[in-house]
Amino acid sequence: MLPDRARLEARDINCWRGERHILRDVSFAVAAGEFLKITGPNGVGKTTLLRVVCGLLPAENGVVEWRGKRVSSSNDEYHTDMAYLGHLNSLKADLTARENLRFLAGLRQSLGDSDIDAALDRVGILSRGDLAARSLSAGQKRRLALARLLLSGAQLWILDEPVTNLDVAGVALVEDLVREHVVRGGLALAAAHQRLLDEEPFLRRLELN
Amino acid sequence: MQRASTMTAAGLVFRRDLTLAWRRWDEVAQPLIFYVVVTTLFPLATTPDLSQLRVISGGVVWVAALLASLLALESLFRSDVEDGTMEQWVLSGQPLGWLLLAKVASHWVLTGLPLVVMAPVVGTALGLPFDAWGTLVASLLLGTATLSVLGGIGAALTVGVRRGSVLLSLLVLPLAMPLLIFGSRAVGMAMDGDSPAGPLQLLAAIFFLTLSLGPLAMSAAIRISVES
Repeated sequence: MLPDRARLEARDINCWRGERHILRDVSFAVAAGEFLKITGPNGVGKTTLLRVVCGLLPAENGVVEWRGKRVSSSNDEYHTDMAYLGHLNSLKADLTARENLRFLAGLRQSLGDSDIDAALDRVGILSRGDLAARSLSAGQKRRLALARLLLSGAQLWILDEPVTNLDVAGVALVEDLVREHVVRGGLALAAAHQRLLDEEPFLRRLELN
Repeated sequence: MQRASTMTAAGLVFRRDLTLAWRRWDEVAQPLIFYVVVTTLFPLATTPDLSQLRVISGGVVWVAALLASLLALESLFRSDVEDGTMEQWVLSGQPLGWLLLAKVASHWVLTGLPLVVMAPVVGTALGLPFDAWGTLVASLLLGTATLSVLGGIGAALTVGVRRGSVLLSLLVLPLAMPLLIFGSRAVGMAMDGDSPAGPLQLLAAIFFLTLSLGPLAMSAAIRISVES
């Protein structure tokens, strides 16, 4: 079980990109065992909001707090607790699927071969483990990025369009992974256009416009 | 599963870059080829007379090593920033400075160290006396290592700039001037039979200064680059 009482709170986030004021007084709170789905049309600032929550981007105004402490780009304690799946998969094309996990997920957790195989199996690409990432299909690359998320050992998942490029079974896989994570006491945030866990009791919604 | 230690993480970054270089060895060999070609051009353009070449041999090897190191620097962090790996490093919960230092270390092993190893061969071809080999190698060891860290800071600052190689040279070359001056001076003194300890100690001092401040500067610059 993951430790409880974890809470992520954002208050009055404002963010400008150049001249455009894209996030206006955005506030939300997510507690352990909840999933926040962020929706809104293209260009409304979903990715920007997620990057602010990660601490990758400073907000001009407002605060993000994790367990009551302020989030920033150099807050290693917070980053140990969170994992970010951006719209880039963060894969090295010349490395095999296994090596990609060993060299990137291995920065966070000491991983054995069995851990890596289990994660690859969970996302359904175990048989592709020794192929170079460049020869994986777009959907398989996304699955590999999901395997990295599984190996992160993080309590807070921040997902930017997690089901991009995935087939019907892949979407179901993301739903299962998030459901398991949340039921175990994790937190998840996702920007998504598609239906994603829409019927679940733990779903919270944030509409940006 | 257990939390990975900082040393484990830095070791993984180092090993990853060696693995990648092994699969892309043609790109890695470029600075070395450049270095050998430039130094062989000097006797062709000036004089094949070894007694005259000897006078400039130390300086030529040093200038060629400096330019060859710069050649490989521009792409140091670029692919990691573009494919999103750098974001994950920033968010890994590990001290970013250590990860970047590990990356610079692997870069030095792949580009700086071969230059140092080849230096006696290249120097001999230019008539460098055997007595000065040790000094040439020692000065280049310190010089290329310092340059890798300095270049790492420059590459981190210019990673967001398209075609940043000119900008990178403008940033790094002035800082590299002391290395060139002390390095070639050390070789010159050894050739004249004097003790090169003075300039070598200055090179060592610059190396440790750069090594201690470099990781801080690199991680600050990378954080700014990843923000955009």
